[in-house]
Amino acid sequence: MDFTLLDTLTQTFGPSGYEEEIRAAIESIIEPMADEVRTDRLGSLIGVRAGTGADGQRKKLLLAAHMDEIGLMVTHIEKNGFVRFTTIGGVRPVNCIGGRARFANGVGGTISVEYREDSSKLPEIAHLYMDVGATGREDCPVTVGSTAVFVGPLIQQGTRLISKTLDDRIGCYVLIEVMRRLQHSKYDVFFAFTTQEEITLSGARTAAYRIDPDLAISVDVTTTGDVPKALPMEVSLGKGPAIKVKDSGMIAHPLIRDLLTQAAEQADVPYQLEILLGGSTDAAAMQLVRSGIPSGCLSVPCRYVHTPAEMVDANDVENAIELLLTLLSAS
Amino acid sequence: MDLHNLLKALSEAPGPSGREDATRDVIADLWRPLVDDLRTDRMGSLIGHKRGTGKSGSPPSIMAAAHMDEIGLVVTGIEGEFVRIHSLSGMDRRTVLGAEVGVHTRHVHTRHVESDEASGYRVLPGVIGSRPPHVLPASERQNIPPWHELFVDLGLTADEVQQWVQVGDHVTIQQPLITLRNGRIAGKALDNRASVAALTMALDSLSRRQHEWDFFAVATVQEESGIKGAITSAYGVAPTLAVALDVTFAKQHNDNDPGSFELDKGPTLGVGPNFHPELVSRLRQAAEAEEIAFTIEPLPGSSGTDAWGIQLVREGIPVGLISIPVRYMHQPVETAALRDVERAGRWLASFVATLEPDYRPRWEDEL
Amino acid sequence: MTDLIDRLGKLSDARGISGDETAVRQALRPMLEDHVDELRVDAVGNLIARKAGPPNSQGRILVTAHMDEVGLMVTGHTGDGALRVETVGGIPSKVLPGLTVLVGKNATPGVIGLQAIHRADRKMSGRAPAIDKLAVDIGATSREEAEREAPVGTSIVFATRFANLGHSCKGKAFDDRVGCAALVELLRGEPFPFELYGVFTVQEEVGLRGAQVAAYTVKPDLGIALEGTLADDLPKGDLDVSPITELGKGPAITVMDRSYTTPAYLLSHFIQTAEIETLPHQIKQPGIGGTDAGGIHRTRAGVPAITVAVPCRYIHSPVSVLREDDLRGLVALVDAAVRRLTPDILRR
Repeated sequence: MDFTLLDTLTQTFGPSGYEEEIRAAIESIIEPMADEVRTDRLGSLIGVRAGTGADGQRKKLLLAAHMDEIGLMVTHIEKNGFVRFTTIGGVRPVNCIGGRARFANGVGGTISVEYREDSSKLPEIAHLYMDVGATGREDCPVTVGSTAVFVGPLIQQGTRLISKTLDDRIGCYVLIEVMRRLQHSKYDVFFAFTTQEEITLSGARTAAYRIDPDLAISVDVTTTGDVPKALPMEVSLGKGPAIKVKDSGMIAHPLIRDLLTQAAEQADVPYQLEILLGGSTDAAAMQLVRSGIPSGCLSVPCRYVHTPAEMVDANDVENAIELLLTLLSAS
Repeated sequence: MDLHNLLKALSEAPGPSGREDATRDVIADLWRPLVDDLRTDRMGSLIGHKRGTGKSGSPPSIMAAAHMDEIGLVVTGIEGEFVRIHSLSGMDRRTVLGAEVGVHTRHVHTRHVESDEASGYRVLPGVIGSRPPHVLPASERQNIPPWHELFVDLGLTADEVQQWVQVGDHVTIQQPLITLRNGRIAGKALDNRASVAALTMALDSLSRRQHEWDFFAVATVQEESGIKGAITSAYGVAPTLAVALDVTFAKQHNDNDPGSFELDKGPTLGVGPNFHPELVSRLRQAAEAEEIAFTIEPLPGSSGTDAWGIQLVREGIPVGLISIPVRYMHQPVETAALRDVERAGRWLASFVATLEPDYRPRWEDEL
Repeated sequence: MTDLIDRLGKLSDARGISGDETAVRQALRPMLEDHVDELRVDAVGNLIARKAGPPNSQGRILVTAHMDEVGLMVTGHTGDGALRVETVGGIPSKVLPGLTVLVGKNATPGVIGLQAIHRADRKMSGRAPAIDKLAVDIGATSREEAEREAPVGTSIVFATRFANLGHSCKGKAFDDRVGCAALVELLRGEPFPFELYGVFTVQEEVGLRGAQVAAYTVKPDLGIALEGTLADDLPKGDLDVSPITELGKGPAITVMDRSYTTPAYLLSHFIQTAEIETLPHQIKQPGIGGTDAGGIHRTRAGVPAITVAVPCRYIHSPVSVLREDDLRGLVALVDAAVRRLTPDILRR
């Protein structure tokens, strides 16, 4: 496990629509590994590795991991300096309370909730506020429209990794490691670090339009069913990467699902089949591009998704990399 | 006399309870050529006197009362460029969101403002707005905002609003009278301008017909805020008997229950403790003689109309009630059938014309 | 009244719920015909106007404003001749009681009334009735007559008429006829240094649908959606919340709404333009509503997009209020921002 790489990836700022910093970080890492690196009109970063077959004979395979993260955006600054905010992507109010946020300019804030008569009910986002240490509108170091992300450092305990934004920087990590280790492929492989997945899936949709691939695979996280009183789900941490069958946005193309399954068996890595009831990925947008792109998803099981302390298992990550390397290297 | 134009003029005139001036001016212009004497009493009710052909001295007299006031709103405060309002007399809060209104002010000097020099009114147009549903919690979106969260937006600056609008200014709905299919009309204040129109039609008809009784047409004030004008004007006129004209509930798609009456099937005739039974049967005979369609409306207690007030004036006055069915009462789109208005007017005129000089309503056990 | 406000009035009074925008197109055509190089209607009903740039100019800008408005559609008939209706676009049913409306192509007047308050259940007086408890009364006396006059599928719009209101204007459908009026003004002006497509889009209120197709057709380098947007600047007592936008403070620039996020460089370009040209402007409260920019930005290989809007009170109700100066400000800001665009920004 390249702890330093994952630390850089998870801790670099990049809420949906504001991916400049994380894009610059990834760009400098993949520059030496790619035949070509480009940024498209919505900001997605594409690293291209040419395949080995004859020109015109090679298929285009798109691997997509989104580099944007959930976050917060300032909507209103109160007279006494307290900051109200809305969510960027699927942030649950309950996961904000007591947490810290960090703005692009480095300003930090602590998040709290108004006193409520009935505290047994879950608060809405409108009941939360952020304290950035200001005493009024004049000395408030942020403005309406400023964006922030959660604070949550990366730690490793045994094989478990805990951090903010493992969704989906762990996918970015997988793509980078695959890129680093990939010798040759029959495919032209497009490694896409996409934008805006957490809000509209727009980055993957438009990247796929430009690339016009023959097949597309997103690498993202999925939730698990192995925590106390979880919604029943046949995915556990540490039992291998999960090959998506369906989620709430798509049914994976059987071709992709079979490709991934065969690769797992060939690589002799454990895998799980995933049916996710709530949530979706870039693959849902990619499959509808142009005349349709066979799309699927390889998931890294992840607990506590969309909290400041998400958790994955390092073995699942390594096995996901092995699986994809096997798939791409197959003759 | 064109009934549609008559109703349009009457419906669109502003006249909230306690500030009926503009409406009274419209009615006075209509009545002046039809009566022998026209006066406004101290409460503001308009009284048109049409002399009968009976012997001079003190001929018997009949008073027909229709209230001219309408439900409205009143300014309760000013916040920046916004005007806080409250119901003045029975305005249905469920129907004011998005309504266009006029604020009747006293101190206005601006090119943006329409003025009605004849009545001395200045009317500032405005709309009633509230906060967008997008910003409300889901649980509150279907709630009608309470009065303190409803505002009139005049499109003026805070300074201008402060200068021109005062707490206590009246606010009325601005709603042109529109024509629906099958001779139906919709607009504001058909409660009770439809009856004022019927009363005007009756005056017009009586100007071509002989009648022995003195006839007093009275457009009363402040019915919606407690039947005030009917009581005082009846005291002043001291009629031998009286008929009140008002509106009643018409059947509509969301109200078919007892107590509602078919539109366009004729006015209703009230029966119950408010009404002298002999007078009721005399009214009934008049309708039957003229082949005017009507329905009996049972009113077991208060009729909630001018009739309820008139009955107890001075030594007591025998009273009857003719009502015109109206849909969506106390809403900006009150809907009536032209034919019902016309029938009510014709009915009243016929009744008056048939009264013999010595007629007095009597009780069954009287001889 | 200036020409700009006069045209806003004509557009506001035109009747066109989502999917039935023909009357709005008809109102727009004479305003555009002598001022653009091409005017056509596409397969979904968008009105596409092209204004050529100078010869050999590089770059193509798409500016949209949606023609459709919220309204009602006839879904059935009651036994006594009233029309059952459903809303088209997001109208809260609480604004409907007490309204006059215009039904169908003949604009047959109708009214929406409640059971009289005297006879209604008092417990319900604080809650608005659901749409399925409401009906439109056109005066028909039988189901057959109502079916003949207003068959299922007939469009219904608010009967509100445009007029001045103090320093403001009032009317229906300011969302987004105010955007249409601004776009007409831009298209009637001097040519731009770029090719400019002004597209009057359909079906925004039911899912940003027209803009998506328009952007696919035009293949622009940049998309700008002109809107009428929410203002919540009414008194709120001690409540210290965002007004979303405020009347009289200039056009509102969107950072992020529920349909898209404005790229930071595009946002800066508009804000800098406003500052350099000393044009009033404000930032709309992020995270509220959706706009055609959401439909535009995700087409083909992606189109950087931004929404700029005139603040309007009481949007999605029968009558909205806006300031003429905010509309003029929108035209000035967008005009200046487009003229100041550089190939660098367009090609980024």
